[in-house]
Amino acid sequence: MSAGYRLQKGGLIDRKTRLNFTFNGQAMSGYEGDTLASALLASGTRIIGRSFKYHRPRGIFATGVEEPNALVQLERGPRTLPNQQATRISLYDGLIADSINCWPSPDYDAMSILGLFYRLIPAGFYYKTFMRPATAWRFYEYFIRHAAGLGCAPTEPDPDHYDKMNAHCDVLIVGAGPAGLTAALGATRSGARVILVDEQDQIGGWLLNENRIINGQPSKEWLNAAFLELNDTADAQILTKTTAFGYFDHNFIALCEHRGPTQVNGNGLSRQRIWRVRAKQVVLATGAIERPLVFADNDRPGVMLSGAVRAYAHRYGVAAGRRVLIFTNNDDAYRTGLALKEAGVAVPAIVDLRHDPSGELAVAAVRAGIEILDGSAVTRVLGSRGVTGVDIMNLNNTGDGVIGAPRRISCDVIATSGGWNPTIHLHSHSGGKTIFDKRRGIFLPSKTTEANFSVGAANGTFSLSDCLKAGMKIGKQAARNAGISSHNRRKAPVSIKEEEADSRLLWIVPTACPTSHKSRHFLDQANDVTVSDIQLAAREGYASIEHAKRYTTLGMAPDQGKTGNTHGLAVLSQVLGTEDPGETGTTTFRPPYTPVTIGALAGRDVGPLMDPIRMTPMHHWHELAGCAWEDVGQWKRPWYYPQNSEDGLKAVHRECLAVRNAVGILDASTLGKIDIRGPDAVILLNKVYTNSWESLKINRCRYGLMLSEDGMIFDDGVTTRLAKDHFLMTTTSGNAAQVLEWLEEWLQTEWPDLRVYCTSVTEQWANITICGPSARALLLEFTDDIDLTNESFPSMSMREGTIAGVNARVFRISYTGEISYEINVPASYGMHVWTALINAGKKYGITPFGTETMHVLRAEKGYIVVGQETDGTVIPSDLGMNWAVSEKKDFIGKRSLSRTNSMRTDRKQLVGLLTENPTTILPEGGQITAKQTLSTPTPMIGYITSSYYSAVLGHSIALALIKGGRELHGDCVFVPLEDKSIVATVINPIFYDIKGERLNG
Amino acid sequence: MFLINCPYCGPREESEFHPAGEAHLKRPANPEKLSDIEWADYLFMRQNTKGILLERWVHRHGCRRWFNVARDTRTNKVLHVYQMGDSPPTQLKHIKP
Repeated sequence: MSAGYRLQKGGLIDRKTRLNFTFNGQAMSGYEGDTLASALLASGTRIIGRSFKYHRPRGIFATGVEEPNALVQLERGPRTLPNQQATRISLYDGLIADSINCWPSPDYDAMSILGLFYRLIPAGFYYKTFMRPATAWRFYEYFIRHAAGLGCAPTEPDPDHYDKMNAHCDVLIVGAGPAGLTAALGATRSGARVILVDEQDQIGGWLLNENRIINGQPSKEWLNAAFLELNDTADAQILTKTTAFGYFDHNFIALCEHRGPTQVNGNGLSRQRIWRVRAKQVVLATGAIERPLVFADNDRPGVMLSGAVRAYAHRYGVAAGRRVLIFTNNDDAYRTGLALKEAGVAVPAIVDLRHDPSGELAVAAVRAGIEILDGSAVTRVLGSRGVTGVDIMNLNNTGDGVIGAPRRISCDVIATSGGWNPTIHLHSHSGGKTIFDKRRGIFLPSKTTEANFSVGAANGTFSLSDCLKAGMKIGKQAARNAGISSHNRRKAPVSIKEEEADSRLLWIVPTACPTSHKSRHFLDQANDVTVSDIQLAAREGYASIEHAKRYTTLGMAPDQGKTGNTHGLAVLSQVLGTEDPGETGTTTFRPPYTPVTIGALAGRDVGPLMDPIRMTPMHHWHELAGCAWEDVGQWKRPWYYPQNSEDGLKAVHRECLAVRNAVGILDASTLGKIDIRGPDAVILLNKVYTNSWESLKINRCRYGLMLSEDGMIFDDGVTTRLAKDHFLMTTTSGNAAQVLEWLEEWLQTEWPDLRVYCTSVTEQWANITICGPSARALLLEFTDDIDLTNESFPSMSMREGTIAGVNARVFRISYTGEISYEINVPASYGMHVWTALINAGKKYGITPFGTETMHVLRAEKGYIVVGQETDGTVIPSDLGMNWAVSEKKDFIGKRSLSRTNSMRTDRKQLVGLLTENPTTILPEGGQITAKQTLSTPTPMIGYITSSYYSAVLGHSIALALIKGGRELHGDCVFVPLEDKSIVATVINPIFYDIKGERLNG
Repeated sequence: MFLINCPYCGPREESEFHPAGEAHLKRPANPEKLSDIEWADYLFMRQNTKGILLERWVHRHGCRRWFNVARDTRTNKVLHVYQMGDSPPTQLKHIKP
């Protein structure tokens, strides 16, 4: 197509600064101040991409966030961004953009053949066509995903970084158009702290697209003065290229600030920044979005919004076409005709649905020599790859049909206007209600939930002079509501009021033949949803707009139906016979208003900063020893310590045997530790644990189970009595914070009278556990003030003394079945004691071991892990742990243990499993059946909770929960896998040292 | 994102807090004397109020204190914040906790 759509003069572009860019591999250029869309239009590029479903050629339709068609893949490589609206991309030198959803090019697209079969693929055709057989969906999906689709997400890590920012203000104003600007002036002049945000790269809003007079001067000069005044006010902050994308509870508004590559690259600045703003008052001056008229083939390249055509002429100095036909139902589009005429572009006619338009603007159009075809409609668009002309016919009296002979007019652009929809998205996010204005056919904000105002076009005030007045008034009012008492008598700027006549609401523009499948009146161009799709949905029973929307995908594309939703609603109302679209109701507006990249939402919380990492005092030693790590909550714990070329399994075998035959050393510092003090400490323990605590002697330890009130096991651990009213509770590593909060909850809410204090001391103590037959001999070398004989320091007791010169608490608690000492020293001495033990332990064959070995060893003894043998549905009796449950006292969860459901004999119970083949390791999580079969369905009677290879037994072992399992000891059960069913024998869940003799060394 | 006025710390962001459901539930003094249904009622049954709900919150990432909040579940407006053990303010007295 021939180049040269740039006008000789006018616009906010800098014709001296040329910017080069590449579109679909073709070198092009534009000017500073252009968007990608305006530069493409200026170069004569009509087809930008292909439509989502039918692969019809599509061009630029709009000028801002409402653009449904002109989506591009911006840049290549790690910085690539899919589905970017060309209308929102500020042009920069070196920009690279490509079309999406077309191959090999948007001009010649292989999939456009789909358009010929449109009658075979109406709304919901996936659901109807690809139902059976269900397994075939995967096959179909591959092709559908490739045929219908959007851009590609980047595959490489993002080289840029993103930030977050918190801000507070008296008045947040969204939108820097005439109403928002005067609101900002009004509020700042009253002394309020103001943040003014606008998604465009400069303030002005829609005024940037117009040449109007304000206070007797050109509107652009007034804009400059307003900018200077706000910029000079310390308490006013202007954020441009910043979108308020979500309005949340308690006047919390999320903004996303965008920075172009020229600002970011090499400057160390973040690409985007999320602002989390808490405002006392919010002014929503979000403007309005034009909607098109819905006529046959209204998606052809060259059909554009009237306001967009005007904006391209006024702001970017670009003529959208050489002959621009206007098709409207209102006065505003006449401004477009006048603007084009003035710029020297041919306007063959203004086609108006109304009879005898007689407003000021219509009079001006006649005076300018533009032909007006009133009471008429565009009934046919010629040119499948771009508009070449139209047929125009007269409307009948009711507007649902056309009469007479068509008149053909040639044109290359149709600038259409069906009125303006107030942008009520943020108002709705905040919980505000809407009402339908029947006369104008628009939804308006009504009741608000949060402290906010809607003003200007967002509130249905469309004339410039009224917007200026209303903005000033609301700005002052918002400042007063925010508690600013100073008076500000400055008046609003004035503009000449142009009277506009009423529009004519005609939701579907008729064609020569009745509106049927034959003509395609597009409602949602981005998702290829037509009037007949909505009609079909209604016929098939999708009478609610929420259902019809999902069935047809109306408004579910990246543009979220900003130009088409009201029409879709009105068409549905018509089919349902409710004349008032307000009764049909709108779909719910949800954040974000425009797409926000995940990178911006993540901000700095990526990589190692995603979640805090907790390290034990001996972390560095483990790291040097080359351990494999296991994440336990936020803790890093050694999993196992491979030597030379050992794999994990071999390392664990070696570590297990070392503990059973010599001595092992474990970093157990992550164990949760809660210091409990106070005269009522015993009472608290009695309430939160299932067993009783009065009888526990000082320096003795006891194992306890903690239940939630529903009777399910929630945590376990050993608690030691340090003094009469002083205990040290240990919890599982992952649950420490929850247990402390649990204790606090009961103490603060239910038993505030109890005199007891709980303090987390997890990180204050290092816990070094040595266990195995040589543990006592090793420890003897390090202490001269603790008697380590069984008689004076028996199992489940604690002694204070000196270990390697450090004050220590030594606990004889065993989780492995071997004699075991948990040496607790202040965290800062942890490394010292650890290395001393390692060095002296060499002669005993001391072996550091990790969590995996610990788990194997405890499973050999049948000790449970909360979260592995339990899952929130397990009560103590299921695990055969009623020995730890007191009959005599009440405790949290006790009543639940006598509920009918808890007393069932067929509850899943803990058992041990042995396979026939000693080397077969059953998969953890594997389901268990009573019959050996692979056919489905087969009832599941349980599942495997833990499964390992036991090196000391030379046999695999497993723990499982099986229905009525305690009655099944000796029986065979089956674990069905993909290709075989493994036989296992049910046994008592204890595999090694059944009498527990090794505990005493 | 709520802004909650912790009675001990002052207004803080919701992300510092954790909600913990209906307030003013009293643990039965003698659970053993209750029927299964009565116990289940205490354990599971909640009002799911549409309107003003009296609920418990904990300032988890702050002072770790528990307190009560009167919140309108239709608008999420926080009408009142009061300490554990205190009664709801008189103007909210008619609300059945």
